[in-house]
Amino acid sequence: MRFIIELHEALLIAWDAVRANKLRAGLTTLGIVVGIVTVTLMGTAIQGIQRGFRQSISVLGTDVLYVQRFDWFINSHAEWLRQQRRREITWSQFKALERQLNSARAVAPMVDIREAVKYKNRSATGVTIIGTTDQFLVTGGVGISEGRFITPEESEGGRPVCVVGAQTATNLFRGEPILGSRVYVGGHPFEVVGVLEKQGEFLGAFSLDNQVVIPIGQLTAHFVPFPDYTIQVKVGDESRLEDVREEVRGLMRKIRHVQPGDDDDFAINQQDQFIKTFNRVTGVIATVGLFITGLSLFVGGIGIMNIMFVSVAERTREIGIRKAIGAKRRNILIQFLLESMCICLFGGCIGLALAAPLTLALRRLMPATMSFGLVGLSLGVSLVVGVIAGFMPAWRAARLNPVEALRNE
Amino acid sequence: MSLIRLDRISRYYRMGAETIRALEEVSLTIDRGEYVAIMGPSGSGKSTLMNLLGCLDTPTSGVYELNGLNVSEMDDNQLAEVRNREIGFVFQTFNLLPRATALRNVELPLIYAGLAAEERRQRALEALERVGLGGRVNHKPMELSGGQGQRVAIARALVNRPSILLADEPTGNLDSKTGMEIMAIFNDLAATGHTIILVTHEEDIAHCARRMIRLRDGRIASDEPVRK
Repeated sequence: MRFIIELHEALLIAWDAVRANKLRAGLTTLGIVVGIVTVTLMGTAIQGIQRGFRQSISVLGTDVLYVQRFDWFINSHAEWLRQQRRREITWSQFKALERQLNSARAVAPMVDIREAVKYKNRSATGVTIIGTTDQFLVTGGVGISEGRFITPEESEGGRPVCVVGAQTATNLFRGEPILGSRVYVGGHPFEVVGVLEKQGEFLGAFSLDNQVVIPIGQLTAHFVPFPDYTIQVKVGDESRLEDVREEVRGLMRKIRHVQPGDDDDFAINQQDQFIKTFNRVTGVIATVGLFITGLSLFVGGIGIMNIMFVSVAERTREIGIRKAIGAKRRNILIQFLLESMCICLFGGCIGLALAAPLTLALRRLMPATMSFGLVGLSLGVSLVVGVIAGFMPAWRAARLNPVEALRNE
Repeated sequence: MSLIRLDRISRYYRMGAETIRALEEVSLTIDRGEYVAIMGPSGSGKSTLMNLLGCLDTPTSGVYELNGLNVSEMDDNQLAEVRNREIGFVFQTFNLLPRATALRNVELPLIYAGLAAEERRQRALEALERVGLGGRVNHKPMELSGGQGQRVAIARALVNRPSILLADEPTGNLDSKTGMEIMAIFNDLAATGHTIILVTHEEDIAHCARRMIRLRDGRIASDEPVRK
């Protein structure tokens, strides 16, 4: 009870002191403002980038393995050269894997090329043509918005049918009936049997909706006779991902005749790798941000400490009076600590007020929202700076000798 | 038992290589209800004595007992508590907090005593009433005349019902008429049983008291009742 009374009194005094020197407090707190703006914007930006990234790579599927000739991330030139010497993944290797692997839900080959697609007199260039089987519906995690996907029979027989991406459909057909119509891919006719659901962009770089899916037999017949295959393995259950990965690895080594003791001459990629690499990048951004924040908070803290020394010096007599009528050391200490915390909190609030519109600006670039956690963190950080910066001046004030303090003019 | 008992109190200050002997083996007792004036020219040690009596300072040697407590060996925080409970200060320059109203100034000792808001307000109002300022409780020190300011200071000194009122040149900053009004308050308080110690260098102010102690060169030169 007594402590609450003392605290309340100290808070009143501190608030009064800050109000009496509004301009001074405002100027002093600038460093804190900058620090808080940086910390919130950095935090918001990193969270935003992360969220955007996760949304983006979710098309890869968390439980899909990509068996490929190359790793997605190659860290050195030597490694790159080494991987260039690897043999391609062939159709028969895919068939062998498909036949022997029985722990996965689906396996599909995938080859993509760029080709022009024509419908009547309209054409679209640079469309991604994906050659695959009916299993791609499962492994690719795509949905159908209209019609159907390629059937096992069409895929087996290499029928000239195709499924078009959402954007390709809009670009070419412009509202005309799609299903059953004929498009020309690189000059070869295909019957459209379905339209894919809208998928968005991948890493903001290219659209996943500007594509045409055709049976793999059609692709090898007309475009690339001996392509380098990507084999998609849909595990179907994230918890078995590692087991299946090991099984795929063993089978591929056998299929490609890798000698025991030799390194794999193929890669098994998964979404996880993207996230790891990405986390390294955001880690660097966060460290730089933290450094800038730390620096401005440090400078800001020194400013606060300075002004608190001034405040103590100005009010030496008041300290003397308070001590004479019974203020203990802790009363004086708390009074000045609270003053310093008030100034810093004030700076923190201004910082947040500035960061809020900047966050709205960030939203144009990424899905950014200022989280409650970040607001709490910012306010907490400003309070901590207040305590640290205010401690030395407050301690000095608390230890003043009342006789000398009273003599001060 | 006497309220104040000083036993061979000395207070030395170091000034560089020199030691200044502000008080030299002063022994003194003051009983409850006494009205004492301490006089002496500047440099006689009366400020030092008043700081010691007010527990603002501790002696270099000797024993000071206040109300049965040995205050000469207390630390900073204990002294603060004793000042809060036992001593009411009235200063020459009033020493009011300029940004606080009269009421808040008077409440201040009660805040440090840990009293709840309602009781604080009640007692502060009573104290202000007592010094005749019941109508100006919400004025700030700047809006009060010198005499009114010193009355607020007296109210503040009284509010926690201390054992001693310690007044250091209470009329020094006032004109003689206002000074006499302030002295009338002290006389009145003394008459109702308060213990008052008055530090002054003005003869006629000192003559309000009933006992006069003269200091010279850090020692008591004389200690006798005032002849009215």
